[in-house]
Amino acid sequence: MLTEIGINHYLVLSALIFSLGILCMATKRNAIGILIGVELVLNSANINLVAFSKYQTGAADGHVFAVFVILLAAAEAAIAIAIFMNFYTSLRTIDVDRGDELKN
Amino acid sequence: MDALAFYIFAALALSSAVGVVVSKNIVRTAICLLGTLGGVACLYFLLDANFLAAVQLIVYAGGTLILIVFGVMLTSQSPWVVFSPTRGQVVAACFVALLMATGLITLFISTDWPTGPAAPLTASPKVADVGTVLLTQYLAPFEVASVLLLVVMIGAAYLARSEKQ
Amino acid sequence: MSQITLPWVERSPEKLSSYRRKAIFRLILIGALHLGLAGAAALWLQPFNADELADWKIVPTLVFFVGALAAGLGLVTAGLAVAYYKQIGRLLLFSYTAFAIFCSAVVGVCLLVWLHAWLFHVVQHPVSKSTNEIAVIGIPYTMSVDDVYATISAVEIPFTGGRTLAIPLLAYLIWPLQFAFVRDVVALAGIIGFVSIIPAFGIWWERKVAGRIQSRMGPMRTGGWHGWAQSAADGIKLVFKEDLIPPTGDPLLFKLAVYIAFIPPLLAFIALPFASAWVFRDLDVALLFILAMLGIEVLGVILAGWASNNKWSVYGAMREACQMVSYEIPMGMALLIPVMMAGSLQLGGTEGIASQQAGGFWNWFVFANPWCFMAFFIYYTASLASCKRAPFDLPESESELVAGFLTEYSGMRWSLFFFGEYVAMYVVSGLAVILFLGGWGSGLPKEWMPTGDSLSDVFFRGLLFEGPLWFVIKTTALFYVQMWIRWTLPRVRIDQVLYSCVQVLLPLTMIVLLVNTLWILCTEHLKWAWLITLNTWLHWILVAIGVVVFLGCLGIASYGYRNNRRLVGSMAAVQLPGS
Repeated sequence: MLTEIGINHYLVLSALIFSLGILCMATKRNAIGILIGVELVLNSANINLVAFSKYQTGAADGHVFAVFVILLAAAEAAIAIAIFMNFYTSLRTIDVDRGDELKN
Repeated sequence: MDALAFYIFAALALSSAVGVVVSKNIVRTAICLLGTLGGVACLYFLLDANFLAAVQLIVYAGGTLILIVFGVMLTSQSPWVVFSPTRGQVVAACFVALLMATGLITLFISTDWPTGPAAPLTASPKVADVGTVLLTQYLAPFEVASVLLLVVMIGAAYLARSEKQ
Repeated sequence: MSQITLPWVERSPEKLSSYRRKAIFRLILIGALHLGLAGAAALWLQPFNADELADWKIVPTLVFFVGALAAGLGLVTAGLAVAYYKQIGRLLLFSYTAFAIFCSAVVGVCLLVWLHAWLFHVVQHPVSKSTNEIAVIGIPYTMSVDDVYATISAVEIPFTGGRTLAIPLLAYLIWPLQFAFVRDVVALAGIIGFVSIIPAFGIWWERKVAGRIQSRMGPMRTGGWHGWAQSAADGIKLVFKEDLIPPTGDPLLFKLAVYIAFIPPLLAFIALPFASAWVFRDLDVALLFILAMLGIEVLGVILAGWASNNKWSVYGAMREACQMVSYEIPMGMALLIPVMMAGSLQLGGTEGIASQQAGGFWNWFVFANPWCFMAFFIYYTASLASCKRAPFDLPESESELVAGFLTEYSGMRWSLFFFGEYVAMYVVSGLAVILFLGGWGSGLPKEWMPTGDSLSDVFFRGLLFEGPLWFVIKTTALFYVQMWIRWTLPRVRIDQVLYSCVQVLLPLTMIVLLVNTLWILCTEHLKWAWLITLNTWLHWILVAIGVVVFLGCLGIASYGYRNNRRLVGSMAAVQLPGS
């Protein structure tokens, strides 16, 4: 069980990283901290995709999906940081609890 | 040997993820994220996903993470400003995360996964296979993704530009 | 400075010399004991008797004979060195002795490396064929000592008239190499050794080059011949310097930043091949892996600037971030062009990018077509920026930002940043050599190459045709060009850096990439006859340009060497008004 690495090991690891990502998103009030939590969640999803690709199908589909996820994460980070900069120029902070108005 | 490598890299990824959650300073959080990304990239190497590991290191660690640190520098009032959540928020968040972790792990372990392909996988997908699949079977998503990247580029440049000009 | 001020060192000369006598006595005594142990082991184990070979003797021979012999000789030499340090120092000051030691050390290291590679080859070849599994001490192995002895007995030493390598002790020494783990450890030790030579040699050389370009001599004193020990002296100085950590910064990140900046370039050597089989792990994504390692290095610099909590440092870090993020794009896109020509991301191996350029120098990708030619220069420019070398050394520009991200660093941490920078310079030069300049081939045509398997054929093939020697020579030449550029061109402004990337290099790379794609499509798949003819013409014109540039550089160098007495020191004076 412990010396033979199977799919369950990877799944448990990804579940733990996923929960830590959720925890990070919930406890950080800094907008960039929340973005980092999202990256953790995406990484845990990627581990699952690749593990299934290795242990279940043996084909490259899981890898392709993971590449798309990485690509979307990069795009998301770029947009998110641009939004945070706008947020910062209008409110002089990036505390997400202060961003509760639609107009300032 | 493989098992030992798995445990080392998994421990690296997990401990850095814990570091991400507990560290108060946002730059330290970002560096802990680097540890997680590196650990996950090493796990990809173990899973014979070499291309993915290299992409993870280039795009995530070399691109996204630098962007994040750059964002931190551009948006902080002083390096030591800390926003901490209230105690109630922390307790609620921990409860939700614990619930989610136990639920997921129970689900994963209790599921009887099909044993996979009949023949043991001797040849795992190489870079060339990933490329072939990407440009034949998944050509449409690939093109959509490239258009999306273009849109993101223009959008980010529009959003981040200075208001006064 | 007649007094030694270090608190833990005794000040009286009598005490010091008594310590020295004690040290000599103990070193020689322990060394002699070791030698005695080795002698006893030799009597017991008979390591020179071919009839007495046995598997159980491997570990005792390696530990009690080879280990004890090496330790004994080392200790006795150390004792003698302490005893005769004055005479040795005087000998070193005589300049040609130092030069001879330097040269013979270089040659010796080369021969040692060569021997190791050959031993790997000798062992791996029968191991792959052998099927018998033996397990005596719990570890299964495929070859017994007798097998190893039989293998090496079949190898002839060239130029000795048919004598073979039938030395029983050698069989004991080679036996452990059949385990992949042992081979990995030896290879890693070799890589780390080589990588630690690069900065030491590079810094000394850079100072000499800087001196010559500025009409002065550079370091001349330390160690005798042309200040060859300057790097060692600098290293000792830096180790003993006070290690300052800014109290208002982030001490943890301040310490961590150093390692993030210098470990990734080291890791790049995992995938960087020195010859087709001379690579630690021949990854199929080697190119992407090396690029990733070069990308992560930036994070260390940004962190260093941030954790210093100093305005100059943060400016340097910001500059580094925007410079690197923008120059990575043309760099990566320029590297796609040789990848497209070869159809592979693998660097080493017989199918990799470099092996596809084997044979004469006209097969190198830099001459393949005009687009590859342009891609080489684009890559080289972008790689200068990615190593933060002048004219792109904005992150540390010492005339405006004090020292940029390095402002708060001192001592060992400061030198580790330089360590990382020189290793990264070597890695990007090596990448250029592998992708564009034929890798480890010497450029001589394939037809002349001896193809036999005897030791002399292997030797001449490695010396003249292909092998790590040529990779190192070419890479060092490009390394030199980086220094040459650094000390010749002035630093550009940050807006000029970004302008030249985003508005010049990036569109140019995109055009080159697109046209190269169409070019390959039309010549190799659609087979347009006129384009193929044009391609051949352009190819030979580019080869001619390459030959002319190479010969021109050689001519200028030889002219400068012949006239160096007249040129050095006179150049600055000629420019003065009224001269």
